Amino acid sequence: MSADTSPAIELRGASKTFRTPSGGLHTAVRGLDLTVGRGEFVAVVGPTGCGKSTTLTLVSGLEEPTEGEVLVAGAPVAGVGDKVGFVFQQDATFPWRTVLSNVMAGPRFRGVPKAEAKQKAREWLARVGLAAFEDRYPHQLSGGQRKRVALAATFVNDPEILLMDEPFSALDVQTRALMSDELLELWEGTGASVVFVTHDLEESIALADKVVVMTAGPATVKHIFDIDLPRPRKVESVRLEPRFIEIYREIWESLGEEVRITRERGAAHVA
Amino acid sequence: MSPEVISASAPVDTSKQPGRAESRARAARRRKAVVLVARVLLLVAVLGLWEALSRAKVIDPFNFSMPSKVWDQIYTWITHGTALGSLGEQIWVTLQEALLGWVIGVAAGVVFGIALGRIAFLADVLGPYIKVLNSIPRIVLAPIFVIWFGLGPSSKIASAVVLVFFPVFFNAFQGAREVDRNLVSNARILGASDRRVTLQVVIPSATSWIFTSLHVSFGFALIGAIVGEYIGATKGVGLLVAQSQGTFNAAGVYAAMVILAVVALVAEGLLTFAERRIFRWKATDSGH
Repeated sequence: MSADTSPAIELRGASKTFRTPSGGLHTAVRGLDLTVGRGEFVAVVGPTGCGKSTTLTLVSGLEEPTEGEVLVAGAPVAGVGDKVGFVFQQDATFPWRTVLSNVMAGPRFRGVPKAEAKQKAREWLARVGLAAFEDRYPHQLSGGQRKRVALAATFVNDPEILLMDEPFSALDVQTRALMSDELLELWEGTGASVVFVTHDLEESIALADKVVVMTAGPATVKHIFDIDLPRPRKVESVRLEPRFIEIYREIWESLGEEVRITRERGAAHVA
Repeated sequence: MSPEVISASAPVDTSKQPGRAESRARAARRRKAVVLVARVLLLVAVLGLWEALSRAKVIDPFNFSMPSKVWDQIYTWITHGTALGSLGEQIWVTLQEALLGWVIGVAAGVVFGIALGRIAFLADVLGPYIKVLNSIPRIVLAPIFVIWFGLGPSSKIASAVVLVFFPVFFNAFQGAREVDRNLVSNARILGASDRRVTLQVVIPSATSWIFTSLHVSFGFALIGAIVGEYIGATKGVGLLVAQSQGTFNAAGVYAAMVILAVVALVAEGLLTFAERRIFRWKATDSGH
């Protein structure tokens, strides 16, 4: 019962400290409180290297918090669960598998029979427009196509929670806008909760219901902005709306300060 | 305006392009031919010089022999057989020993390499011992194996195994360690168990590392078999070398070397062929 009313993701005072190779301690996130409702699309923005990605690895169960709690659907995270999908910043398609086999990997790992996995994989490949490419190997595809394979491979598992770590940052600007629109379309049918990490403020406003601004590292939540732009949205056109520009200005006031702090620290390091 | 400009310049371009492409192709072909001719000339020059110096007694023909005598020896072995039986049988015996040693060494190297690469505890416990074993010059183990396993093929197989194991082991270990962490994380998120990660992520990505070592290690397997036979055997190309040496037949030693070189080259070719088949998923430019 409580699982139905509890939020999709809850971080309570979560901190993560890593041991650096030189033996020192590096705190990536500190005292992080964040709640993501069911079906909500939350974008996390912050200066580069502030620990945004660490937040995702905590939610995914790939890493454990040093302090605090991470709850998914009301239950504490223990290891990698089967509710979570993760789209990585770098290419994470398996280069020795064909496109179809890559998309089948998730269901096969989870014990779905081969024929059923193949059918599901073909459906998702058709949805991302790669039906004709199922026999190719990843190295034969463009960067955008590989990203589509990654999206299909993630969505085919029907994740309740979708974690995305700057997924489109390696793509060129036009492909990026296209992929953002496709992501919104794919997501709108699933009802999944999304945490989308980016350092691109425009991208975050265009996609999300809520934009979370992080402080310069160690990261913690600085401010949360509600984005009241109507859906369905088209990334390219929503950018030109006056309300969008208003929101952008408002959030940048908050984010810009953190970016400046990070930059000054970087300069101090160089000097 | 602009379409006219394009159409005006286009015929110039198209008339230029094929001519240039053709001359470039011709130059490439000519370079290939020159390289081939130079290669053959170099071989002829070296063999001719050897033959001439030996015939003129500048170098001692008894010790150094000469290409024509080496060829005669190979020819005699092929047509009349060796003192040990037919030449084919000797090659087959050596090849069998080398192959068996190679397969066992590769299998053990891959299994241990992947296991230690994946299980940090094992690597920490066994690491120093493996380093110690690796620092032993393994050729000196061959006489010990002859004592342990006798004159039959098992002593040769054993010395091939110890030579093959280490390069394969270290490459498999390195390959398992250097797996892209993104791929491992991705597989775990997609629902793969530890066993699946090992079988379907670590092993496939370590294969290119393992294959590099396979090329070198087949040569090592041959060396192991030959040295084993040289020290004590009843059959094989190594014994042929030992016998030729014992009867002061320098041509025989060289002839055995030539035969071994041919065998090694053929094996290398087969391996390269297999590699191309297995690594279809790799971009062709990095596959070379």
